[in-house]
Amino acid sequence: MHSVTINVDGKDYTVREGATIHEACGEVGIHIPVLCYHPRLKIAGNCRVCCVEVEGCRTLMPACVTPITPNMVVRTGSPKVMQARKTIVDLLLAAHNCDCLVCDAAGACELQKMAYDLGLDRRSRAFYVCDDELPEVDSSSPVLQYDPSKCIQCTRCIRACGEIQGKGIIAAVHRSYQVEMAAGIHQWSDSRCDGCGECIQICPTGALSEKVSSGVRIWEAEKVRTSCAYCGVGCQLDMWVRDGRLVKVTGADVVPNFGSTCVKGRFGHTFVNSEERLKTPFVRLNGVLVEATWEEAIGEIATRMAKIRDEHGPDAIAGLASARVSNEENYLFQKMIRAGVGTNNVDHCARLCHASTVAGLAAAFGSGAMTNSIAELEHAKCILVTGSNTTETHPVIATVIRRAVREHGAKLIVVDPRRIDLVDNATLWLRQRNGSDVAWMNGMMNVIVSENLLNREFIAERTEGFDEFMKVIERFTPERVEEISTIPADLLREAARIYATAESSSIIYSMGITQHITGTDNVLSVANLAMLTGQIGRPSTGVNPLRGQNNVQGACDVGALPNVYPGYQQVAVDAVREKFEKAWGRPLSPKPGLTVVEMVNALEHGKVKGLIIMGENPMVSDPNLSHVEKSLDSAEFLVVMDIFMTETAVKADVVLPAASFAEKEGTFTNTERRVILLREVLPPPGQARTDWEIICDLSTAMGYPMHYNSASDIMDEIASVTPIYGGVHHKRLQGDGLQWPCPDANHPGTVYLHKDKFSRGKGLFHPVDFIHPDEMPDEEYPFLLSTGRILFHYHTGSMSRRVDALNEYAPGGYAEIHPADAERLGLVDGGLVRVSSRRGSIETRVMATERVAEGSVFIPFHFAEAAANLLTNDALDPKAKIPELKVAACKLEKAGSRR
Amino acid sequence: MGECKVTTVLKRYPGAGRDKLIPILQEVQEEEGYLQREAVVMIGRHLGVPTSQIFGVATFYNQFRFEPVGRFHVQICRGTACHVKGSAKLLETLKREVGVEPGRTTRDGLFSIEVVACIGACGLAPVISINGEFHARVTPEEIPVLLDSCRKKAQEVG
Repeated sequence: MHSVTINVDGKDYTVREGATIHEACGEVGIHIPVLCYHPRLKIAGNCRVCCVEVEGCRTLMPACVTPITPNMVVRTGSPKVMQARKTIVDLLLAAHNCDCLVCDAAGACELQKMAYDLGLDRRSRAFYVCDDELPEVDSSSPVLQYDPSKCIQCTRCIRACGEIQGKGIIAAVHRSYQVEMAAGIHQWSDSRCDGCGECIQICPTGALSEKVSSGVRIWEAEKVRTSCAYCGVGCQLDMWVRDGRLVKVTGADVVPNFGSTCVKGRFGHTFVNSEERLKTPFVRLNGVLVEATWEEAIGEIATRMAKIRDEHGPDAIAGLASARVSNEENYLFQKMIRAGVGTNNVDHCARLCHASTVAGLAAAFGSGAMTNSIAELEHAKCILVTGSNTTETHPVIATVIRRAVREHGAKLIVVDPRRIDLVDNATLWLRQRNGSDVAWMNGMMNVIVSENLLNREFIAERTEGFDEFMKVIERFTPERVEEISTIPADLLREAARIYATAESSSIIYSMGITQHITGTDNVLSVANLAMLTGQIGRPSTGVNPLRGQNNVQGACDVGALPNVYPGYQQVAVDAVREKFEKAWGRPLSPKPGLTVVEMVNALEHGKVKGLIIMGENPMVSDPNLSHVEKSLDSAEFLVVMDIFMTETAVKADVVLPAASFAEKEGTFTNTERRVILLREVLPPPGQARTDWEIICDLSTAMGYPMHYNSASDIMDEIASVTPIYGGVHHKRLQGDGLQWPCPDANHPGTVYLHKDKFSRGKGLFHPVDFIHPDEMPDEEYPFLLSTGRILFHYHTGSMSRRVDALNEYAPGGYAEIHPADAERLGLVDGGLVRVSSRRGSIETRVMATERVAEGSVFIPFHFAEAAANLLTNDALDPKAKIPELKVAACKLEKAGSRR
Repeated sequence: MGECKVTTVLKRYPGAGRDKLIPILQEVQEEEGYLQREAVVMIGRHLGVPTSQIFGVATFYNQFRFEPVGRFHVQICRGTACHVKGSAKLLETLKREVGVEPGRTTRDGLFSIEVVACIGACGLAPVISINGEFHARVTPEEIPVLLDSCRKKAQEVG
């Protein structure tokens, strides 16, 4: 990098060539005030407060847009500059509603600070203070409000919405001093704004603010940084607390979200303040759950579990760990079940989302996680998104994808049966029939081979099993694939060419790939595609399964799975087991345990009698709910640890009140394998306790004593038995966290996987043939049903449905039905429809939309009162035991009258 | 139906991008007399442009209206000559007498006011035009008289 010398305020500095005056001065510690400038945005240069004197220039120059030149002489605080700056800010103030006394932004407002710094009190202001009637505040959005009287037209919100979020919903309307920011047609609620709040965070004044005032100003609240409790992106948030209540959330400007959040991250955490939080333990007495002390509750569990173990053996007990609680707690939970109880019957909801990823990618590459980091996606030249509605399920990752397309010219290929939002940004959209994924991927590979776009060097050096695999690929001509998948052959060819020839291609996938009886096959096909083209093991290039829940990656990593100990070490391998027997001081079972759906079946058949559930709600999340209910009812003894009385907790014999994510220390591991810190923001309500403290007491009472002083101590133990976490300790996580594999205390973590060598040595091609989904539409059940998530709610809704703003966006369940199908069946948009499958039937609202193909229905599964999972199929992938949540056959009938 | 007219216009621009926005807005206004909310939404969908951006463009140019014009469309000149001759006072009186801001239409649909930069009749300053008919050297006192004659005309015609 070249440098040049400039003179600023009489002193010479050597600075970076190509920088602007503002940047160069900032880098040597000279502050030039700005309003419209923001480091995350492109430069607009419209506010003019940064003007400086440059020798040889006739007029003052805006420092934020003017590049430096060698030997430039700059004056940042000369009388001429100060006079101009005062005039500019004075003019802004003249048109500004200076209600600082009662403004939420007071103390954080950049205009206020500038007026203060310049000493612009009312006596020294030259311009007439505008006292016209104030314009109306637009408070039509459920989460934010816009007050034009406080707007300084800096356009930071417009640029943030367009450049950072990739949405471009906000625009400037009207002219001259009447310019306002607007979304929709002068009404925020008319627009496609989804309430991420990026604009609020970036607004320099109080013009854009939270609709529900936090009631605190910046100096009145304490701010604690922690990790978001919703999805697997792992956004870092600053939580503002006053008087023991969470009052406000802002995005932290660090990895991986750099200040951005989604609507749930910013506005969806008020559930921690909810009056409905569990505050005491409950024990079932004569059929009714009654409040109990901790001693009574723990004692009851110890007695009953001991009885079951003595009478039926340890395998009659099972535990469901949780993707919502910390690594430390999941580790202790599986340790309690394995060493304390003596069974490997421990699993969690990863079984329902990415079990096939863990199985498939481990077989192909040797490691079942995202190969790249979130930030790398922004610079991929081609992104293939399939089976992931990223804008709704991983909103902040979707902003990275949109930036890749909008700002860096990446080609986006979307393969999805629904017309998801990302299609708007896509170069190509391939609409496959649900469940035909193996076929289209084989078809793409067929094209790549026949057009000689494969990477022979990569295949020869880094992979094995190629010849066997080729035999299957030959049969999948694009024309045959068109018959199976309905994707036009030419479109498939084009997609194959783009993916194969791009300099760096990343595949992003999620539940649409994994939740099938062919889930593992689908994942293996994804892996084949990447290896065939050598699109893996480089920056921005790889296979990226997006993990759904905040800590689903971590819960898998620390062994909350029935066949592996922490770090994916097989329970069936003697040497591994001996290592853990030594570490945990107990003999361990060599037999892999039951998976989630198998546990449900075993409960029904009386093989499992006692079940401990930590922070999961299978009564909404699992497939074929009637069956789940029957099974839970037949449990001899059921324990639930949770923060709310969920649909599952009401069935328990003992309910233990847990601390939420905001009330404890620990770590989560986000989808990019980054171990991130969780800090205590609030005290837990009532007698609620952290899960790790509960587990310690429970394990001790059940005869396997556990004692730890802190979550940090537990992580030290995890590091000692888990090679991929070998160097992970809390004290190293204070900054950006660490990405595993991180084998020792000096290892910096791993940004992307499989660089020169796959984790398993050579990448393994698997020949994968196409088979149809377990249940296809027929005469009786003619529609194809798939389920999924929406932006405004999360999973079983136990958190998000207790947040008013989110309920305002999405008050209840619905079924997306193609308008042509709706018309044929006499269904009206907003009316009621009865959706039935072979397993159950629900009534819900019709949403007539072309997002779904004709003959298909989509239902979000968050809503217990119209639970999509009453309909879903619990047929399993034979390898990963993941149920086929994405395909079922159903029928539609008109129900009730219009609401 | 307004929607159909908008559809007719949009059909003339198959596969159009954002560069066709202004001609489309002009044609829709010509067909419908003004830009309805629904029309803006439909144009946005057709061009793949957020409605706020279309609204931003439309509000930037004086020629676009968001309400139908009144039966009597009053254009008041605020050009230099008219300004010197007191058109500011004139506008104030007009707004007070009609009861709406420039760009708006009275609730009964009788009057709408539009401020224009120069009407090209500086010799007659200050000048206003009602439905295209010029009134020269208007004084604030004459405004109520002019408006009354319009009201009378409306009653006569019914």
